[in-house]
Amino acid sequence: MIEREVTIKNRSGLHTRPAASLVKSAARFKSEFFIYKDGMEINGKSIIGVMTLAAEQGSKLLLKFEGPDEEEAAKAVIDLFQRGFDE
Amino acid sequence: MSAEQQVKKEVILKGIPASPGIAVGSAYLFIKETPRVEEKNLEENETPQEIERLGHAIEKSRKELHKILTFAQEKIGDAKSKILEAQIMVLEDGVLIGAIKKRIRSEKKNAEYIVNHEIGKYANLMLMAHDEYMHERAHDMDDLKNRIIRNLQQEKLVSRLEGSIIVVAHTLTPADTMILSRNHVLGYATDRGGITSHAALFSRSLKIPAVVGLGDVSRHVVTGDHLVIDGYSGVIVINPSKKRIQEFESKLERMLKFESKLVHFKDLPAETKDSHSVELSANVELPEELDYVVLQGSQGIGLYRTESLLIDRDDFPSEEEQYAEYKKIAARIYPHRVIMRTFDIGGDKVAPETAEETNPFLGWRGIRVGLDRPDLLMNQLRAMLRASTRKNLAIMFPMISTISEVLKAKEYVQKAKAELHSKNIKFNDKTQIGVMIEVPSAALCASRIAAEVDFLSIGSNDLTQYMLAVDRGNPLVSQLFREVDPAVLITIKHIINAGHKRGVWVGICGEMAGNPLVTPLLVGLGIDELSVIPSVLPEIKKIIRSSYFKQFREIATEALQLETAEAVEAHIRKFFKKHFPDIPINNNN
Repeated sequence: MIEREVTIKNRSGLHTRPAASLVKSAARFKSEFFIYKDGMEINGKSIIGVMTLAAEQGSKLLLKFEGPDEEEAAKAVIDLFQRGFDE
Repeated sequence: MSAEQQVKKEVILKGIPASPGIAVGSAYLFIKETPRVEEKNLEENETPQEIERLGHAIEKSRKELHKILTFAQEKIGDAKSKILEAQIMVLEDGVLIGAIKKRIRSEKKNAEYIVNHEIGKYANLMLMAHDEYMHERAHDMDDLKNRIIRNLQQEKLVSRLEGSIIVVAHTLTPADTMILSRNHVLGYATDRGGITSHAALFSRSLKIPAVVGLGDVSRHVVTGDHLVIDGYSGVIVINPSKKRIQEFESKLERMLKFESKLVHFKDLPAETKDSHSVELSANVELPEELDYVVLQGSQGIGLYRTESLLIDRDDFPSEEEQYAEYKKIAARIYPHRVIMRTFDIGGDKVAPETAEETNPFLGWRGIRVGLDRPDLLMNQLRAMLRASTRKNLAIMFPMISTISEVLKAKEYVQKAKAELHSKNIKFNDKTQIGVMIEVPSAALCASRIAAEVDFLSIGSNDLTQYMLAVDRGNPLVSQLFREVDPAVLITIKHIINAGHKRGVWVGICGEMAGNPLVTPLLVGLGIDELSVIPSVLPEIKKIIRSSYFKQFREIATEALQLETAEAVEAHIRKFFKKHFPDIPINNNN
């Protein structure tokens, strides 16, 4: 299992479009992907879940990956966060 | 007071008579705005079926959203289309749908209940965010949830209703009416709406009694209540006594006797005693009406509302589908003519949910939509032209407000013809092209517009509402909606003269054409064609056949001198009392 903490960089936070890219990116991998924030646990492959996070700029999220391709999954997803979802 | 009466008190409500006839039967309360969700327990073996039902509803919702998106993407703007895209993504959210299915299986509850609870859970979390953006998203999720639930319930609605029903509803959209009509409907009663609302038009064309504008009938009635609905006077009685039912039954008998006297008029031409003939045709919305229209002795179809092709479906009909439909209609009505109007969507006729406009009647509707979406318009024009080979099909454009719109529309007709020609597909090159005159600007410039077309057809509903600046659907001002207002009559006269000066014929296809009381005026003003709801064809023919054109011209000339709508109405009533004492005049007219 891989656990990482990330900070939302892009100005508009994790709104619909970044949420969609996040989910699409995670869906390419077999591994399970969960996001934790303020006591909420959200399946990172669910768009409605990620939208519900209401994660604004500057907020911190804990990401957990578990499965056969967890390293690749973590790399791809964290890369997205670091690029600020190309916004 | 008897015991029976104590249990169920007789309640009488008065509304607007929208479609004649009397029906007695049990009520079906149609609720839809926010679907009510019941919790139901399922048997183990019922869950696969429930999951299948969920699958259908999700697929239907997805198609609906795609349709709205593709139809109106440019118009509703980026922000709104992103919302639709987000809703579609949520519908495709495997995790969410998987969770819903799993819960249906494990909790053995109905799909509506689980969908409501599961999506509602996320919507509530979004509402807790104290953030405007998230509140809006919560609203979107609610929308989506209601769409799925509605689609789940609609599936049931169609199959579940048994026996004959009187539909009671707050309002009815075209799609609602269409779906309900698959059941055996004896009558309609609604809180809202006027005589020109869709439910009214629809029930009149199918000869189903209807009363609209009842205020709060949907609060008084529960499903199963016994009802009498009187579409002649606009009265409905909830829990009627035996005596009351007898009263209505004998009234119905009297009315039917009068109507039966009209039957022998149906195969005779609409011609005055001094041989002035008027073309009397019908407004048609559904192919199902055609047999009835022919039976009523119509000389053709003066307005075929192609929007009915859009109702209750998820996408736009292809050229082939439209062609098949149009061809069938042209063949059925042959040798008479059918005038097909291109899609008149927007305003009150919103078939697919389009952009939300603050003032839809002044917004994106009619030809404006067609010219903005040439792909849809061209599909329709090619289909119509292909169906024109019997030479009995004419094409009409709705909501024309400027000459340049007419010219552009005609260019598309030329383009469609050229395309068909290059593919060696047959069509009638002389297909008549006409426009609706229903916007004051077009009415004023009718002469110039007439120079560009083969015919004009007056859309009196919209013309009246635009002339008088009255929204006929707004109960606060709807009493100001008067088709016989002098301003409207003078305008109609102007349009007829303009057409005749240019050698083109002028028809009228609004509600006004189907009001027998106005027939003498319209014929007297020189109208060439009346296109009316099929149920009144014989009555209007009777009026035309029992008079002299001279009389009609006289009353029209006199009416044009009068100063108020009230005076015109009084004048007409006097005329009728004198010449047609046997025609029952009621509030409907």
